[in-house]
Amino acid sequence: MQLESYAVILSAILFGLGALGFVFKRNIITIFMSIELMLNAVNLSFVAFSRMRALLEGQVFVFFVIVVAAAEAAVGMAIILQVARNRQSLNIERIDLLKL
Amino acid sequence: MQAGANLTGMEDVLRLSPILMACGFGILIMLVDPFVPRARRSLTANLGVVGALASLACVFVSAQHMGRSYSGLPYTSLIQVDDLSIFMFFAVFSFAFLAMLGSLDYLEREGLQHGEYYALVLFATAGMAVMACAQELVTAFVGLEVSSISSYILAGYRRNAPKSNESALKYFLLGSFATAFFLYGAALIFGGAGSTQLEAIREIILHPNPLRQKESDLLVLGSALVLVGLSFKVATAPFQFWTPDVYEGAPTPVTGLFASGPKAAAFAILVRVFYSAFGSYRDTWFWAIWASAALTMFMGNLAALVQTNVKRMLAYSSIAHAGYILVAFAANSQLGIAAVLFYILAYALVKLGAFTLLGHLGDTGERRVEIQDLAGLGRTHPFAALCMSLYLLSLMGLPITAGFLGKLYILKAALDAQNIYLTSLAIMLAVNSVISAYYYLRVVRVMYFSEPAADWSPAPVPYPVAAVLLFTALPTVYLGLFPDAVRVMVLRSASTLR
Repeated sequence: MQLESYAVILSAILFGLGALGFVFKRNIITIFMSIELMLNAVNLSFVAFSRMRALLEGQVFVFFVIVVAAAEAAVGMAIILQVARNRQSLNIERIDLLKL
Repeated sequence: MQAGANLTGMEDVLRLSPILMACGFGILIMLVDPFVPRARRSLTANLGVVGALASLACVFVSAQHMGRSYSGLPYTSLIQVDDLSIFMFFAVFSFAFLAMLGSLDYLEREGLQHGEYYALVLFATAGMAVMACAQELVTAFVGLEVSSISSYILAGYRRNAPKSNESALKYFLLGSFATAFFLYGAALIFGGAGSTQLEAIREIILHPNPLRQKESDLLVLGSALVLVGLSFKVATAPFQFWTPDVYEGAPTPVTGLFASGPKAAAFAILVRVFYSAFGSYRDTWFWAIWASAALTMFMGNLAALVQTNVKRMLAYSSIAHAGYILVAFAANSQLGIAAVLFYILAYALVKLGAFTLLGHLGDTGERRVEIQDLAGLGRTHPFAALCMSLYLLSLMGLPITAGFLGKLYILKAALDAQNIYLTSLAIMLAVNSVISAYYYLRVVRVMYFSEPAADWSPAPVPYPVAAVLLFTALPTVYLGLFPDAVRVMVLRSASTLR
C-alpha cells in the first residue's frame, strides 16, 4: 500500500478516537480536546487525499480548517471559563440545570 | 478582455452585496462601540438595525446580478446567486432585522445593551447567507462556522446566568462535534471526487470512472457524514437532543433567531448537497431521511406534550417542524423542495414572533416563562394574546394561517410521488398534527380562560416588540390567504436548482 493510504487510515483512526473521547470523557477540557483531535484528523485526510490525487486544493482547505478551529477554540475557551467561574466545576455531569 | 474581467469582478461584489454590507456594518459597530458613552448605548443598537435593513435593501441589488461568481479571483466560482439564494438572503436578513428589533427592549431590561450583540447577529446572518449560496463544501463549512461561532456567543450572552452559560456550552460542544462530522464528510468526498465543488461531484456520480471503484464508496461514506453534520444543525432525530436545552437557556430573542435563520440556511445547504449534488444517490439516502423524519416528528411532539415551560415546549415543537420539513424533502421533487422553502418561511416567522413576545412577557431574568404565567393574557394584553394564539394556531396548521398552506404543500408533495413510503410519512404527519393540537391549544386555553395572576401582570408591550408582532402576524395571515407571490418564488427557486 502507498504511504497516502496509511495516512488516510490513520486519520480515520484519529477521528474515531476523537469521537469516542467526546462521548466518554467527563472533563469539559478533555471533551474539547477530543473535538480538536477530530478536526486535525480531518486535516490529515485532506492532505493525504491531496497528495494521492496530486491536487493542491486539499492543502489549501487545511488552512481554512486551521483558522476556523482557532476561532472556535477562542470562543470555546471563553465559554468554558465562564461556566467554570459560575459553577466551580468542569465536570460535564454537574452541568445539569437544563435537564432532558 | 481585461476590462471585461474587471467588470465581472465588480459584478461579484454587487452579487454578494448583502453579505458584504452585513459584515461591513458588523465591523463598524465593533469599531464605534468603545467610543459611545454608556448613556447613549442605543446608538450602536440603531446602527445594527440599520445594518440589517441596508443588507435587506442590497438583496434587491443582488437579485439584479444573479449568476455564478466569476471563475477567476477573488471568488472562483465558490458561490452562486440564484433564485434559491435570493429567497434565502431575503429570509435570513429579514429574520435578523426582526430579531434585533425584538432584542432592543429585552437587552435594555436585562442590562445587556452592548454593541457587540448586534455585530454578532449581523456576522451570524452573513454566515447563514454564505451557507445558502455556497456551491462548494468548504465554503459551506466556512459559512456554517461563521454563523455557528457567533451563535455560541449569543447563546451565552447572559453571562452571569448559569442557564445561559450551560446553553452556550452545550451548543458549542455539540455544534463543534457536528461540524467535525460535516468536515470529515467533505474530506472523504474530496478524496472520492477530487473536488468539493457540488457541480463536479454531480458529474462524477453521473459518469463514474470505471477504473476507480473505491471512489463511490468514499462518496457514499462522505455524504453520510455530511448528512449527520447537517442533521445536527437542523435538529432532526437522532441528533436533536441539544435543541431544548440550548433554546431554553439562550436569551429568548436569540432563541427566536436560532429557530429561524440557521435552520433555514442549513436546510438550504441540505437541499443543495442532497437534491442537487447527490441527487443520483437518492436510493441510498432516502431511507435515512425517511427514518429521521418519522422519528423527529414523533419525538418532538410527544416530548412537547409534557412540557410546562413555554420556551421548552416551543423548542420541542421546533424539532417536530423540522421533521415535517424533512417529509417534503424526502419527496425529492421540485414540488417537495418548493414545499420545504415555503414551510421554512411560514414556520420561522411564527417562531420569531412567539419567542420575541415570550422574551417580553418573561420579565427580568426570564422568571416567568411557564405556561401558567400566561394565564389571563387575553384579558390583560388582548393584542399580545391574539398574536400568540395566531402563532400557535399557525404552528398547529389551522386554515387561513401560513402554517396550514405549508402543511398542505408538504402533504401534496408527499402524496404526488405515488410512493407507499412517502404516503406513510404523510399519514404520520397528519397524526402528528393532531397530537400537537393538544399542547398548542392548552396554551391558548390558559391565555383566555384562566384567571390572571393577582400579584403580577406583565408590562405593556413596547413599540419595537409590537412592531415585530405586526411584521410576523400580518405575513402569517397574508401567506395563509394569498400565497401566490411566494408560491411562485419558491417554485422558481426549486426549478432552477438543477
